[in-house]
Parts: sequence; structure tokens; C-alpha cells
Amino acid sequence: MKILVCISKVPDTTSKIAFTDGNTQFDSNGVQFIINPYDEWYALVRGLELKEANGGSVTVINVGEAENDPTIRKALAIGADDAVRINTNPKDALTAASLIANYAKENGFDMVLCGKETIDYNGSQVAGMIASFLDQPYVSNASKLDMNANVATIERDIQGGKEVLEVEVPFVLSAAKGMAEARIPNMRGIMAARTKPLNVIEAAAIEDSTTVVEYELPPAKGECRMVSADNPAELLELLRNEAKII
Amino acid sequence: MSILVYANTANKEIHKSAFEAVSYGAQVAEKTGDTVTAIVAGEAQNLDSLGKYGADKVLHLTDSKLNDFQPTLIAKAVQAAAESEGASVIIFTHDLSGKSIAPLLSAKMNAGIVTGAVALPNMDSDFVVKKAVFSGKAYAHVKINTAVKIIAVTPNAIEKKEYGKSASVESFSADLGESRLTVKEQRIESTDLPLTEADLVVSAGRGLKGPENWGMIEDFAKELGAATACSRPVSDMDWRPHHEHVGQTGVAIRPNLYIAVGISGAIQHLAGVNQSKVIVVINTDPEAPFFKSADYGIVGDAFDVVPKLVEAAKAMNISAN
Repeated sequence: MKILVCISKVPDTTSKIAFTDGNTQFDSNGVQFIINPYDEWYALVRGLELKEANGGSVTVINVGEAENDPTIRKALAIGADDAVRINTNPKDALTAASLIANYAKENGFDMVLCGKETIDYNGSQVAGMIASFLDQPYVSNASKLDMNANVATIERDIQGGKEVLEVEVPFVLSAAKGMAEARIPNMRGIMAARTKPLNVIEAAAIEDSTTVVEYELPPAKGECRMVSADNPAELLELLRNEAKII
Repeated sequence: MSILVYANTANKEIHKSAFEAVSYGAQVAEKTGDTVTAIVAGEAQNLDSLGKYGADKVLHLTDSKLNDFQPTLIAKAVQAAAESEGASVIIFTHDLSGKSIAPLLSAKMNAGIVTGAVALPNMDSDFVVKKAVFSGKAYAHVKINTAVKIIAVTPNAIEKKEYGKSASVESFSADLGESRLTVKEQRIESTDLPLTEADLVVSAGRGLKGPENWGMIEDFAKELGAATACSRPVSDMDWRPHHEHVGQTGVAIRPNLYIAVGISGAIQHLAGVNQSKVIVVINTDPEAPFFKSADYGIVGDAFDVVPKLVEAAKAMNISAN
């Protein structure tokens, strides 16, 4: 089973978000970067579990520049067999998806696994776009993936519950909570990652379909208005008469 | 030319968020001078009600293949409709349906897309859409460069405007082909309004000590006419169903009012609720980080405070409003 896992590099969840250059660039000063949690905890780890159970290989792919290599090496340390970096700084999801889809087309995978969204752009776009470019079935927000020979049984979140689907390979899936448990790379994995292949491919030029014009921080929250625990009813009065929401 | 809106349904009813998406489309159409066409997939009733929020016409995809949720087939049908209607802007809801379909369509039509929109586009010179980024900690203003534009609108982000039009309903068919996905089973645990669309939410965490103590949270929610939610540990321990989990790995919501009881306010939890208009925090620990993000707070024991709130809400007859 050949599995391709897409990983994105994002600022750590606890990072302070700030912008530079007239609010047009993310300020990466002092920011720790990580693999997007949904890509790592759910897509990558489930891919590795399937490989361990059924044989095959797990390749991770990232679209980005050389500064992403340490983040990609972490995926190798967790257990991916090899990695591919498409060398460009993509400005939109269509570019990243189209480059990944071209690679997947040329190399033939049984499944492409992504996280349900990145925690920086929160787009939930790339996985669906890859499926569309490859003309393969797409399952979004999957919380369970089991393989029986070539047939996958997938559980996905739907409104107020779950849906169980069947699909034959190849397919594209975006992974949500429930799919797998996070793995911490061990020393052997970290050592092995140093010598695993990380292939860099040059990117075809693609026109940007969207452009971020400006970033904006929300206005700072005012003071929290405290209500005495002795008279909680006052809270409801405030919500009705001051906030006017109940 | 037209603005095309995919109107999502659940249990054969039009979704609240679909009315918001149609109203969003109608407000765009007011500026561009286009008409508004809504498209609905699968069995559904009261389609003409979409006129109230601005649809001039409703296309109904009646192919029985669409009675199951089949994103690839729906994307094909929406593309066919977009081409026959000459759609310049295509609107979705940024929920589980829109997240499944909109990116497929974007790639098929090579149309620039913004998901998670929180405001109407600025069309003064370019076409710029504001969206939430960095898990609600910032916004981006994103310009769409392509001729056909796709927007997925965040539920509860847009003021619904009424137009009171009478929409004509037409059946629409397209060559959908076959889906390779087979739906085997659906397990619906709750038919309530989805959390992402609730105006008021009462949420509780580990501070409640056990699932047997949720009665007062449910009572309080009922008195307010609110939905119930929970924090991650509570859902992980199976005290509450998974679909109630709000936060980074659960669902992100933006209700008018979010009341958090016994939740400390870890950054991962905040990522799911920081877009709420008003946040109330009830916690025994005055140092709980959640108070920093709250508008109103009570330092106190939930087992003492919540029952008093239930009584006060009853006396004020809030849910009747």
C-alpha cells in the first residue's frame, strides 16, 4: 500500500500572532514552527499504522522552501519512509494542491491523507482540491479509517453524528480527531530520519488565484466584568440589559 | 449573470445557515446587479422559503443518487448549474457540507476560493473577502483574482437580511456519473440545531466532576433556549458525545453568547470559541486563564451558581423571548 501524507508547517498553537510589513506578512520572529497537528497526529500516524499492519510505504510531501526541512525531518523521525518537498512558497491552496496532485499522478498512490485543516489559514481546502485534480473520491473530516484489502471503511463526522462509508482505493481523505493517537518520535527514529531521503523538486509556475492583501488583529478584549457568586441573577440582568443578547 | 448559492439541508429541511448563505448572496447581488439562484441537493421541502432571504430562483437536484451526501456528484451538479446560470460568484456555508464540496468545485473550475468568510466582500476596486485565520486569533483580507469566485461563509457571522421575494422552484438535472463512495450507515446522535448555528451556547468542562452532574447544565441551557457544548477532556472521557466538543480539535463556533462553566480556558479550547460575541466564564479559580478572554465572569462553585442561574432564568422567562 503506497500512502502519501501531506504535511504543512504552521506556527505552534501557543504562538503570539503578529504581523509585519504593514500587516502584510506573518511575523515569524521567535515563533516555533510545527507540523500542522491534524496532519501529524491523525493523517501521518494513521498512515504509519496502516503501513505497519499491511506493508507498503508512507511518503510525506510538503510544498515550501528549505526552511521547512527541519519540520519535514520530524515527520521522518515519527516514521515516514521518505519525504518530498516541492520547492516554492505557495500563496494559495490551489497552487499547493495542484503541485501535490501532479506529484501524486506521476508516482501513483493508493491514498492521499491530509489533516482536516491547517491551524494557520484554517482553509480546509487542499485535500478536496487534490481529490478533484486527481479525479478521485474525497472523504472529508474522517475520524476512522480501516483497510480490508483494497477497500477502505471510513467514518466521517456529519451533522449531529457519524456516517460510515466504503470506498475502493485510490482516494483522498482529510483526517480529524479520533483517527489515531499522536506519536512522539524516539531517539532511533530521530537518528534514522537524518539519513532518510528528502527529495526536493522544483515547482511549475502557477498563477495565484487568491492573494492576502492585509492581515488584521481583532480589537483587544476589554476588562472582564465580574459578578458576585452571591447574586448570579445579576449576570442575566447584564446579559439582557447591557449586552442585549438574551 | 447570477450569484449561485448552495443551500445545505439536514433531515430534508433547509438549514438556518443556508438562509444566511442566500442572504449573503443576495447582498452581493445588490451591488453587482445579478440575480440570485439557490441550488438544493436531494430530498427537501419548503424550497420556496429561500425567497424570503433573497433567492429569485431555486434549482432542485432531484436525482436520487443525491439522497446520500455525495460531494463529488454535488460538485459536478453545481458546476453545471454555475455554467448554465453564468454564475460569477458561488456561495457555500463553511460547515461540513461546504468544506466537502467547495474545494472540489474550486479545483474543477479553477476558481479562487475564500473559506471561513466573516463579512460581505469589499468590491470597491478589487474583490476582497475577510476571513478568520490563525484559529480565530486574526483576520485576513483575501483578494480573489479569478473571474469565477467561490466563498464559503462561516455560520452565525453574517446578519441575515430579508428580501421577501417569491422564488420559483425548478427541477435541475446534470450528468452526475457514478459515485465510488458507498454510504453504509448513518448514526445520528442528535437532531438539534448544529452547534455551529446555535445563537446561545452553554458549555461545561471537567469542573463538573462527572457526567451525572450535567442535568443542571441542560436545565440552564433549556431555560435560555441554548445549545449545550463541552470541553475536550469531557468528550475524551465520554461524559458527553463527541459532536458537543468545541475547541481546536472539535468544532469552532461563534455564537452570540458562550457560557463556559468549569472550563479553565486552555488555548486549544479558546481556538474554538474566541469568535463568540459575548463570553461568560464561571469558574472556582479566579486565576483561570479563561477570565482574560471573558466579557463577564463569576468566581464561584458551579454547583452553587448554576442552580441559582436556572431559577433566575425561569423567573425572567428568557426562553420565551
